Amino acid sequence: MRIVFKTDYMQDIRPWKDGFQLSLYLILLAIAVAAPYLLDIFYLGELTNVLIWAIAGLGLMVLTGHTGQASLGHAAFLAIGCYSNVILIEQGVPFIIAFPLAGLLTGVIGATIAIPALRLHGIYLAIFTLALSILMDDVIVLSEPITGGVAGKYIAGVDLLGLTIDRWGTPILFYWLTLAITVIVTLGYINLLRTSLGRSFIAVRDSEVSAQAMGVDIAKTKTVSFGLSCMVTGWAGALMGLYSGAFNNETFSVVISIQLLMMIVIGGLGSIHGAFFGAVVIGFLPQFLSIAKENVSAVFGGGSVAIPGLEFGIFGMILILFILFEPMGLYGRWLKIRTFFELFPFYRKDMFKRQKSYLKTERLR
Amino acid sequence: MSLLEIENVTLKFGGLTAVDDLSFSVEEGEVFAIVGPNGAGKSTVFNLISRFYDPYAGSIRFDGHDLLQVKPSGVAAYGVARTFQNIELFEHATVLQNLLVGRHRHRKTNVLSEIFFTPSARRQEIENREKVEEVIDFLDLQAYRDKMIAGLPYGVRKVVEVARALSTDPKLLLLDEPASGLSVEETTDMRWWIDDIRRQMGITVLMVEHDMGLVSGVSDRVLAMADGAKLAMGTPAEVQSHPDVIEAYLGHAA
Repeated sequence: MRIVFKTDYMQDIRPWKDGFQLSLYLILLAIAVAAPYLLDIFYLGELTNVLIWAIAGLGLMVLTGHTGQASLGHAAFLAIGCYSNVILIEQGVPFIIAFPLAGLLTGVIGATIAIPALRLHGIYLAIFTLALSILMDDVIVLSEPITGGVAGKYIAGVDLLGLTIDRWGTPILFYWLTLAITVIVTLGYINLLRTSLGRSFIAVRDSEVSAQAMGVDIAKTKTVSFGLSCMVTGWAGALMGLYSGAFNNETFSVVISIQLLMMIVIGGLGSIHGAFFGAVVIGFLPQFLSIAKENVSAVFGGGSVAIPGLEFGIFGMILILFILFEPMGLYGRWLKIRTFFELFPFYRKDMFKRQKSYLKTERLR
Repeated sequence: MSLLEIENVTLKFGGLTAVDDLSFSVEEGEVFAIVGPNGAGKSTVFNLISRFYDPYAGSIRFDGHDLLQVKPSGVAAYGVARTFQNIELFEHATVLQNLLVGRHRHRKTNVLSEIFFTPSARRQEIENREKVEEVIDFLDLQAYRDKMIAGLPYGVRKVVEVARALSTDPKLLLLDEPASGLSVEETTDMRWWIDDIRRQMGITVLMVEHDMGLVSGVSDRVLAMADGAKLAMGTPAEVQSHPDVIEAYLGHAA
């Protein structure tokens, strides 16, 4: 284990532990930037998809992982971000303004919805947000003049600083755009967590009563959390719209909401890493399954047999296994493996034992 | 003028009168203890001061402010900090993060300056840490600074809670049973700390405690309660020998 000798408060405040850790993350970033030269176009597209899911996951992580408020309605905010981005571009607003605005708008709508919603706790909040997600479908259909209703909307490419960014035409540029937004959102998230607001989120998650006694305004904190969460989710939605090129009322169904929540649970609640790990699982599992299916049918035959719901069945099973055996998600597992090697041979089996009391404020009441 | 003035406060839960026309005041710089049998309403008095409950009648004034006019989260802003009987720490955060939440009332930055981590946010973080490190030093918590609360033993958690309350830089510290569940050595430590909190830091202490050794060791004045009402008030020795107090604890002489 590396012990860092601290002589300065900034060493504590900086997000990295020491130069070694910082250089690891910089290498990771360099590999990510160079990915277009390392991967073929198909896998680059998949990687872009993973990053978009990671942004959405970061959005939900703020609310669920750090503030302790479960939401099954984040697909609705993906939709708001996606539609507002495209509608603004159609109105002639340049992408560089339309995109941030789409997120801000989603954030404001989210914070407004949060004011009544956050009087609810736990399962009731989950039901409320679930209803939001289902309602969104109807809202999109009913407001057809703006949203295009069932026929949906299309977007080809967007112009950014004289460059045409198109998922199909210029996939490399689209990947870099997504990567840049991922990095910006992640940095903002890191900053949030090392300052007062992020700590007050954690305080609200772990004990509302003592957060209040420390001067944290619960209602305000939850509203800000919801707003920030929806803003980031809105950006992810806008990118999803550009990525798929076409979308309608069914694109952002309640299934997407559930997938998002599953993703951050599998990745590990309450950590930035968790959103990324979860996104990798959600992003690559369908590809992995189809490849696995091909291989299986190559041996046993019956390759043309479609198994409806296979993907969701597997997702559900993975989720159940995680909740039972690794409530801290992939990130928690990673921490354990790392601690095992750092402390070798002194790792004890139950070092992370007390993790099951997670999300205390989520108890039914 | 006293630091904390509680006048004719009454609180009822349905038919149960939890606090019955209670009046007392805490002077600046003293250690004031509330004692009484279980269910006497001691913790309820704390929760009234923290504004978790609204009293039926009466007034609570702190340092010239009417506390009944503020939200529960506004009480800390005036300089009232508290601990809880059943430790309420932020379990999935480190000791340092817990103490830094205590600095929340001094927050001057806003969402934007925090997300962009502007120089003002950086300055505030450094200031927060300076204060928090003082508290860590004062309560000997150095060894636990970066540990998660979830893995800490009970006695340490108890101290961390006091540390978190001190990090808010309070004028009045409410300690709800600071010694319950502590070993004899830990209770002795707590006793010296309460003494130092008052003498070195100049913080007024109001505490609820069952351990009469601790109470008579540190407090200047004691209020004895039973069934939500005042039984006796005075120096520890006066209260301990008061016939009503003896009766409340031991029952009538046969």
